[in-house]
Amino acid sequence: MSAAGQPFRDNLTMLRRNLLHARRYPSLTLNLLLTPVILLLLFVYVFGDVMSAGINGGHADRAEYVAYLVPGILLLTVSMTSLGTAVSVATDMTEGIMARFRTMAISRASVLIGHVLGSVIQTLMALVLVLGLGLAIGFRPDATPLEWLAAAGLMTLVSLALTWLAVGIGLVSPNPEGASNTGTPLVMLPFLSSAFVPVDAMPGWFRWFAEYQPFSPVIETLRGLLLGSGIGTRNAVLAVAWCVGLTVLGYLWSKARFNREPRR
Amino acid sequence: MTTTNADPLAIAATGLRKSYGDKTVLDGIDLHVPAGTVFSLLGPNGAGKTTAVGILSTLISADGGQARIAGYDVTAEAQAVRAAIGVTGQFSAVDGLITGEENMLLMADLHHLSRQEGRRVTAALLERFDLTEAAKKPASTYSGGMKRRLDIAMTLVGSPRIIFLDEPTTGLDPRSRHTMWQIIRELVSGGTTVFLTTQYLEEADQLADRIAVLDGGRIVADGSAEQLKRLVPGGHVRLRFSDPEAYEQAATALREATRDDEALTLQIPSDGSQRELRAILDWLDAAGIEADELSVHTPDLDDVFFALTATPVPAQSADKETAR
Ligand SMILES: Nc1ncnc2c1ncn2[C@@H]1O[C@H](COP(=O)(O)OP(=O)(O)O)[C@@H](O)[C@H]1O
Ligand SMILES: [Mg+2]
Repeated sequence: MSAAGQPFRDNLTMLRRNLLHARRYPSLTLNLLLTPVILLLLFVYVFGDVMSAGINGGHADRAEYVAYLVPGILLLTVSMTSLGTAVSVATDMTEGIMARFRTMAISRASVLIGHVLGSVIQTLMALVLVLGLGLAIGFRPDATPLEWLAAAGLMTLVSLALTWLAVGIGLVSPNPEGASNTGTPLVMLPFLSSAFVPVDAMPGWFRWFAEYQPFSPVIETLRGLLLGSGIGTRNAVLAVAWCVGLTVLGYLWSKARFNREPRR
Repeated sequence: MTTTNADPLAIAATGLRKSYGDKTVLDGIDLHVPAGTVFSLLGPNGAGKTTAVGILSTLISADGGQARIAGYDVTAEAQAVRAAIGVTGQFSAVDGLITGEENMLLMADLHHLSRQEGRRVTAALLERFDLTEAAKKPASTYSGGMKRRLDIAMTLVGSPRIIFLDEPTTGLDPRSRHTMWQIIRELVSGGTTVFLTTQYLEEADQLADRIAVLDGGRIVADGSAEQLKRLVPGGHVRLRFSDPEAYEQAATALREATRDDEALTLQIPSDGSQRELRAILDWLDAAGIEADELSVHTPDLDDVFFALTATPVPAQSADKETAR
């Protein structure tokens, strides 16, 4: 039985399947990409003056606000694409071919891993696009190559964590619409962090939540890496710990859900 | 472990039970299918056929009982069972978003065929199932019959020894149905064991070596098509008369006939064989009786169910020996 020994090949096969889907039907990915792009332009060109009030004692100029905003938008890009994963996993579970996969001697996890790997790749591509737009409108990072690498690594970790959670959400949702609803917190969390406005500018109770939720240490670390403002060990460790923890949690949850008997 | 691959039974299940809530779907069924034969599980909608296929193909678990496929236990050795079987479920199990060819190559990859071998097998199967022309089109654009054929072609990629086909012809037009029958016959001639479910007695009759009738969660009869039909009194020859005198004459002479005086028809129990028909015709000729119409009625599933479930007969087994 060659089957049991080849989970790696199954993962690649399922990854290919998911990339093929994404290539044939790019509209879901593109729609999700639209949100961070529009928000970036909106925040900078329309609300910029108001939003920047909390930065630099209220004296921030546009360039400063762009510098503050882009890392947050990058994070939003990651969470938007993971919402797409929740939807496409839920869609995939309604497909007849799932029953076929379940009766084949393949690595079962590969069905999910294919989704995750595909999403992470799409996320990284989306990040490059959004970053390009950021550079075009005046984002001026001063990261060293090593810091760029670390930033990319961090984004990959975040993407892995959110995507595994999204897979779990997709699996527990009865249909794609449900997945989209259940997955909304993934997209809301960046807004409730220091991604768009500094935590100091928030009301007290809200500030407490914003400070302790996973996105805040991630965003602060990303800012530190890209803008050279120093990353602070505490934030970096917290960020990585959150990502690894959520990845493990999401993976175990998803796997358990997928191993349950298929619903009709 | 006591498993052997030399088990002469491709499928051996005893006492399978499954309930959903307080609805008992399978109430202890036994199935024995010798390797290299076609077995048909016959039953109306909702009888539990898909549930049985689901259990035997490791898709769902039974609440009770045991099943071994190719000698492996469906629960303890599910992965080994999966390596031995191919399943074409009741509902299309193709990936509609990608092309027929991509579906086939996906299967080849999941069976760990080399790229070259995968391409070869894909091309050969697409050709065999008359899908070469549609190979580059998304599977979602296929007609019902084409989807079914692709479904089966995908099932065959790994050359499974045992194949499950859950209602392979339901919803197909007569032409596609006959194509499907031909496909199934070819599979069998290649030595594959086929487990087929159907709602049509005719289909089981055409294809299966052995048939089991599933009703109310139990196997109410099993045996060859011939054996089953003998259990069923539904087969008859009907003679219709327009002349009451001829009708009367025939009715008195034909003792075993059932009369319908209003319609002037007589029903004579018959298996519809050439021999029996000739006997009836000879007899009519000899007696100088001319019927206006003679029609042959073979038992259908309704007759089977009427016969098997109307009276509280215990589960009948026409010949248990051959299954052992
Ligand atoms: N997952 C399920 N949950 C609840 N009831 C089910 C489920 N699967 C099947 N059933 C019920 O079990 C019975 C048998 O279903 P099924 O095996 O699909 O029959 P068949 O394939 O012979 O038409 C039906 O009454 C069906 O409603
Ligand atoms: Mg069914």
